[in-house]
Amino acid sequence: MSEEELSGEKILNAIREAGVSHILSVPDRTTEKGILRRVAADHSFRHVRVSKEDETIGISAGLSYSGTRSLCLFQYTGLLDSLNAVRAIAMEYSMPICMMVGLLGKKAGVPPKESDNYGIRIVEPILEAMEMKYVLIESNHDVKKIVPAIEEAYKNSTPVTFLIGRSPI
Amino acid sequence: MVMKRDEMLRCLANHVDNEQIVVAAYSSAFDWISIRQSPLNYISSGAMGMTSSHALGFALGWPDQRIICLDGDGSLLMNLGSLVTIADSAPKNLVHFVADNGLYEANGPHSTPGRGKTDYAGLARAAGYKSVFEFDSLPNFEQQIGSVLQATGPVFVWSKVEKGENYPKDYKLMHGPEIRTRFAEAVRRIPRGHG
Repeated sequence: MSEEELSGEKILNAIREAGVSHILSVPDRTTEKGILRRVAADHSFRHVRVSKEDETIGISAGLSYSGTRSLCLFQYTGLLDSLNAVRAIAMEYSMPICMMVGLLGKKAGVPPKESDNYGIRIVEPILEAMEMKYVLIESNHDVKKIVPAIEEAYKNSTPVTFLIGRSPI
Repeated sequence: MVMKRDEMLRCLANHVDNEQIVVAAYSSAFDWISIRQSPLNYISSGAMGMTSSHALGFALGWPDQRIICLDGDGSLLMNLGSLVTIADSAPKNLVHFVADNGLYEANGPHSTPGRGKTDYAGLARAAGYKSVFEFDSLPNFEQQIGSVLQATGPVFVWSKVEKGENYPKDYKLMHGPEIRTRFAEAVRRIPRGHG
């Protein structure tokens, strides 16, 4: 597998290594094949299917108080729909909310801010305006950034968003 | 006579022990923290509607502890899909109360849509809650609350209420860090268990 590809298995291994036990999700076409199908089949994770993306923010916050680490997995449209919960719970309350967000429609190798897709183009500026840390995951080389970012989130009680820039295989 | 929300909560408080986590939404939360003072009250849902989702997170995180959620009709309407999510996750230890006064009380006392018409017990039943109860009088609530709290979860309790006494609405306390820090310190002594 080339460094220009992105392995869903490697991503899941990193998530597991970071101590995440619960995956809270709404399906997203970017990540459903490479990540979500594996989660659904892998009983080492507790998979919580939610009706709407902002629920994951509340569930993740509740879980964090018991020392249970979770990952919110959904599409960027779900992030946009969840901004008030993210604003309040992740940012103002400074909770360790870890989100993995698929950028459906983003062309591989094209930076999100240069996308010809309006929805993709505005994601990073919105996160920057919210002062949210984010990490673009576009190749296997980027996967090594996942474990330290989740560890930091739970150590410092701060949120982080992983933007998935191409469909993992 | 319709029961007052604070009277219902006072009755409930008699059945809640010192080690029990209670997560409460907005107006119910302000009533509750005046009635039951405990560091294990969690009132910082952040965004309206998120109380039931926090409750699910607590229930999954502490599968051996009975988690009580005090929701309102306005809050539930802002996260109605959480009924289906909770039913699907099926936490046996979650008791989800909805105090229905037909108002978006925290936002200004205007009617919720469906006031007096929406059957919240029916919604919960259809979503797949294991046990569903409904009350519109305090004597019935007092008589049954003990068994309600022992029912197999997820449990849904729809209570038709009206506002009772006025309690301080301290939003600074609700959203400030101190109450969450106090909660985080208090829950450290609660074992996580295995469900």
